[in-house]
Amino acid sequence: MLLLDWILIVVAGWLVLGFAGIGVLRNTAFVARVLFPAGAALGVALAGLALAGLLGTPETAVLALGLPDLPFHLRLDGLSAFFLLVIGAISVGVSVFAAGYFRHGEGTPPGLMCLEYHLFLASMALVVLADDAYAFMVMWETMALSSFFLVTANHRVPAIREAGFLYLLIAHIGAIGILLCFGVLQANTGDYTFANMRAQSLSPLWASVAFLLATLGFGAKAGILPLHVWLPEAHPAAPSPVSALMSAVMLKTAIYGLLRVSFDLLGAQQWWWGVLLLAVGLATALYGVVFSAVQTDMKRLLAYSSIENIGLLFVGIGLGVLFNAYGMKALSALALTAALYHVVGHAFFKSLLFLATGSVLHATGERSLGKLGGLMRRMPWVAWLSLVGVLASSGLPPFSGFVSEWLLLQSFLFTTGLPDSFLNMLVPVLAAGIALVAALAGYTMVKFYGVIFLGQPREPKLADAHPASPLERAGLVWLGAGCVLLGLFPVAAIGLIDPVTRLLVGGGIAETVRANGWLLLSPSSPDRASYSPLVFLGVVSLAVLLAVVLVRKLYHGRLRRAPAWDCGYPAQTARMQDTAEGFGQPIRQIFEPFFRMRRELPSPFDAKPHYRVTIEDHFWHWLYLPVARLTSGIARGVGRLQQGRIAIYLLYSFVTLIVLLLVVKS
Amino acid sequence: MCCWGPEVNSLLSQSINLFAVVLLVLAFAMIAQRRILTLIHLFTLQGAALAAATLIVGYLTGQHHLYFSAALTFVLKVVLIPILLHRVILRLNVRWDVETLFNIPTTMLIGIVLVIFAFNLAAPIAGLSTSIARGTLGIALACVLLSFLMMIVRAKAVPQVIGFLSMENGLFFAATAATSGMPMIVELGIAFDVLVGILILGVFMFQIREQFDSLDIRHLEKLKED
Repeated sequence: MLLLDWILIVVAGWLVLGFAGIGVLRNTAFVARVLFPAGAALGVALAGLALAGLLGTPETAVLALGLPDLPFHLRLDGLSAFFLLVIGAISVGVSVFAAGYFRHGEGTPPGLMCLEYHLFLASMALVVLADDAYAFMVMWETMALSSFFLVTANHRVPAIREAGFLYLLIAHIGAIGILLCFGVLQANTGDYTFANMRAQSLSPLWASVAFLLATLGFGAKAGILPLHVWLPEAHPAAPSPVSALMSAVMLKTAIYGLLRVSFDLLGAQQWWWGVLLLAVGLATALYGVVFSAVQTDMKRLLAYSSIENIGLLFVGIGLGVLFNAYGMKALSALALTAALYHVVGHAFFKSLLFLATGSVLHATGERSLGKLGGLMRRMPWVAWLSLVGVLASSGLPPFSGFVSEWLLLQSFLFTTGLPDSFLNMLVPVLAAGIALVAALAGYTMVKFYGVIFLGQPREPKLADAHPASPLERAGLVWLGAGCVLLGLFPVAAIGLIDPVTRLLVGGGIAETVRANGWLLLSPSSPDRASYSPLVFLGVVSLAVLLAVVLVRKLYHGRLRRAPAWDCGYPAQTARMQDTAEGFGQPIRQIFEPFFRMRRELPSPFDAKPHYRVTIEDHFWHWLYLPVARLTSGIARGVGRLQQGRIAIYLLYSFVTLIVLLLVVKS
Repeated sequence: MCCWGPEVNSLLSQSINLFAVVLLVLAFAMIAQRRILTLIHLFTLQGAALAAATLIVGYLTGQHHLYFSAALTFVLKVVLIPILLHRVILRLNVRWDVETLFNIPTTMLIGIVLVIFAFNLAAPIAGLSTSIARGTLGIALACVLLSFLMMIVRAKAVPQVIGFLSMENGLFFAATAATSGMPMIVELGIAFDVLVGILILGVFMFQIREQFDSLDIRHLEKLKED
């Protein structure tokens, strides 16, 4: 039996679990204790099979589903296996967590939730396996719809319904772009298999049209500027395991699609595509991180952080396209390795953080950072594992985020080798932008972690916060372990990315990297740059240990406990701690033109002072609202045709018929 | 097959044109007719003329499946549907005079313009056709347009349904005239559609009547959402 068949069996298993959920619609215990853990086991199986597929040869299959004479073509190659690996590995952690998370029905009955969840997983797996446009679009839409229903699980809240609608709208704008892109790619042959699209050689103009449509279509799903507005609405609206899956995996299917179209299906690339992706990616990353820094809702903060990370991925892919267009295969492979590394790394740490917010939300019922604080003592597991995620997300060694951002900056340093002098000057500027984004991401994560877990509880009810259940912890541990392992063993991970870059650009960096042994990571040569995470970890741990021992030895016996210095204000409460708003204030000042801000400052004589600040997106007012007004204006105009009289409607048909007949005749 | 000699055959070809003209005249008569009962009689006559024309075309061209078409037409449009319509108007008690939105002479004038248009349109197509009845394509098209016009100008539900059915007659005749009939399966499908359509429309008429105490479709304007 082929690997692909086994993978299909796993996917079918997910579907069976989903439909089993319908049978036990309201039996929360059965769904949570049996179906979700079984789904996690299938996730492990999928990850294992994908790993085998990554190292094996491409396989194809034809699935006799779909329309007559139009079967689904499937193909397992390095790229799809890599993304399957991500889907499988992340789904394990999320499913285990979800098993502990869905305790009581929230809106949608748990059985239905189980169906939507597993349908979502299965459709994502099939999206990356699809080998013709028809199967791809069917799965893509299934993915969009199942995630829409997951987002609107709590559909009795009007804001959640609105968020779901916005998501569906932008998802469909994207789907139209993708559909048109496939239409261009098949070059009038009428054959929509990817094999045929690969065989076509489009003229530069049409290739560019296809590329732009793909960027629009997949960008809408990924959340690039200016199609990012659905992310900060939909992620907070969805239950946490769902936000985790959407942010960690679903956004990545858009990255998969972009890679598939721009590297695999379109043959020759043009250098300006890379520049476009770089520019869009950097703008998105900067925009995302700046907005992320000023959020006060923890899930919104993470959603904006996802936008930032998607921007970084686009930058990596853009650099890959740029190098590839000039025939620099090895450097293109380096940039793509950085991007793909970030795909996995982001998938792990972002799902970890989203799930942690879920635990916090369940424990406290609060999403607003202003009402949290000091949860480290109440929920130590969640707090320590979030710390791993936060450090990985800030791009600090020795976690996964550092490796990918370091590789990305390394590949930027090679842009001086580009044959175009204009690009030589411009691209290093972008590298500075990336560094700024990375620094701001660190700032944001300090805020996220510090305000939720450190300090004193800001509300009295936080004292009742209960720690996460064992299953939730297990899910978090799985994802945290992923962050740590990816950070500590980058050479092994790059070995897994190698088949993908070989497929996409015909080059890889695994051999160069392996030449220095498994301990030392050096993308070009050790003289130029190298990074050894285990040594780093050892030195850091040793230094900390030494410091602790020294402090203990030197101060031994002189330790005394006393009240902390209160700066001369004896009446201190937990509300006086630095708040999320306060922490974000410098960013609000520096990046003021980015925001559309409204502030209400209290007067000094107010007995009950209120401070309120609302921050809105300029794009909402500059782009979305005018488009909405235009659309409703046109709709009103068309509405005048609707007289409500049958005779008038018949007359429309009649006149149309006569006019058409006249046209045919002449 | 021509066992009666050429004279008879030429007479039969002539008779196709005759029936075509009967169809057209009946279409005009339906536009001019105010009484629903008479409308149904006219529709029955139209169906009979159509069945006869199909039978003759089938005989002259030797396409035996047209016999089935003719039989089907007869059963449906001369027997079954008129009976259904009679029952409907009896049950609804709507044998009164039909109101029109335009006055009848104006409608007739528009109808003449439509006939001229249809003939003008059909002339080049008829030239391409090899069918025996190709000269009648213009008439068939005119029947379709006239029935459509009738649907527009009538304000009550039952005449509209009759207009719809008569439009189908025109289409059927056009198919016979241009290409010696559609494939059997298509004809069966259309016949079945018409039958189901008339049943559904019958239900609708009862519902409209329930709702508004009248079959005047102008009441449906109230259903419009603002």
